[in-house]
Amino acid sequence: MEQVIFYGLALIAIVGALVTIFARNAMYSVLALVVTFFAMAGLYLQLNAEFVAVVHIIVYAGAIMVLFLFVVMMLNLNSVSSIVSNNTSVKWIAGLFGLAMAGILGYGTYVTTLPARGVNAAENGTVKVLGKMLFNEYLLPFELTSVLLIATMVGVIVLTKKEE
Amino acid sequence: MILASVITFKLALAAILFVITLGIAAYSTYFERKVAAFMQDRIGPNRAGPLGLLQPIADGVKMIFKEEHRPTGSNRILFILGPSIAMLTALMTSAVIPWSPKYFEIGGQKYALQIADINVGILYVFGVVSLGVYGILIGGWSSNNKYSLLGAVRASSQMISYELAMGLSIIPIILGSESLQMSAIVESQHEVWNIFKYPLGFLIFLICAFAETNRTPFDLPECETELVGGYHTEYTSMKLGFFLFSEYVNMFASSAVISTLFFGGYHFPGMSLLPAGVAVLVGVGVLFAKIIFFIFFFMWIRWTIPRFRYDQLMHLGWQVLMPLAIILVVVYGAIFSFI
Repeated sequence: MEQVIFYGLALIAIVGALVTIFARNAMYSVLALVVTFFAMAGLYLQLNAEFVAVVHIIVYAGAIMVLFLFVVMMLNLNSVSSIVSNNTSVKWIAGLFGLAMAGILGYGTYVTTLPARGVNAAENGTVKVLGKMLFNEYLLPFELTSVLLIATMVGVIVLTKKEE
Repeated sequence: MILASVITFKLALAAILFVITLGIAAYSTYFERKVAAFMQDRIGPNRAGPLGLLQPIADGVKMIFKEEHRPTGSNRILFILGPSIAMLTALMTSAVIPWSPKYFEIGGQKYALQIADINVGILYVFGVVSLGVYGILIGGWSSNNKYSLLGAVRASSQMISYELAMGLSIIPIILGSESLQMSAIVESQHEVWNIFKYPLGFLIFLICAFAETNRTPFDLPECETELVGGYHTEYTSMKLGFFLFSEYVNMFASSAVISTLFFGGYHFPGMSLLPAGVAVLVGVGVLFAKIIFFIFFFMWIRWTIPRFRYDQLMHLGWQVLMPLAIILVVVYGAIFSFI
């Protein structure tokens, strides 16, 4: 049963990602990406990571993709012709980088030993466990991320502020 | 493994809740017109059935039999998807609301009248609320109409803006009850309802709930003096019905969330004096009474306060509610960590 659900979700995620790339209409691309995010949230749920799954939905599907949709609507990118460049060298370079990226990620996943899903796996994804991990073991990366976010926010406000 | 009887119980619960939600939402449309009539010293609908009680059914039948129309240049798939998503997200919220304490025993374990007691219940609510934008955005864009698009853009920017303050305003509650689980939040209000502990948080949450459901004074997305009908200008027949109806379902859902988070859910004074079974039954009734009161409250405000101007709305969201909510988080954070 778990296997069936996993392969179903994985299939949806992959099809969604492919539609995102190949759709001729920018609107469909955005919506397909939303579907992909949902499938991924489903995969997180299978790993008992409820918090990550819900935050994934709130942040990506609920906020970021809405902004994407906004941009697509305002620019009215109905036809793909205006955004696709016909430069072949760019396509080759992009393809190369894509393959390199896939290689690195694949190798990374292959060499990492993932923790086994133990008996108390249900405890792993809870907010309490996550909070303790973030503020003990991973305090420095966590704080650095927050500094980065604040810097970005200040930068955005400075950039969008009109000259008086 | 999960018992078959538990699954049946949950499925039955979901079906019953679905019917109740739609029923309450349908009668909210009737109730709204009656309240409006009362506020304006009129009689209101009184033709269909005694006291006009069959009005929602008449409206529904009218909606279904109206001519279907799709504007030229609109996107067929997205045009249908818009109202469907609006309805779907509206109906999803109430899945995490606990309607009773853990009382019903199935297979040696006690269950509450709650469809899903996930341990991030409150975040689930926010997740679903944040998805509500899609229905309006897609519907407005696919209509191929300037007014629809403007309405959709207004709706989404308004909902994104108010979501922030809404999320911040409940952080004190999460700190106080030390859980994100809806059932735990309700249980923590056994002695004192949250409204007495976090009155300002409640006020912010309430204002944001109005903005999220696109109700007056925040109904700018469908502001008829500027935008004809807003995002649903081009919609006809039951598709329009879905958009209008989802607003009432949303109202029911947010009333349920408000009652659960701030007004003790199924708790009522003197609950421990009654025998357990009776207390559970009365509790469900009390929760529904609270929800209906808040639905009335939504209407009360609608027919009392006029609509904001758009810049005022953005000012209120970002420069008043947001800082206020942040101060609230800091103050309650200090209280809970040092006292």
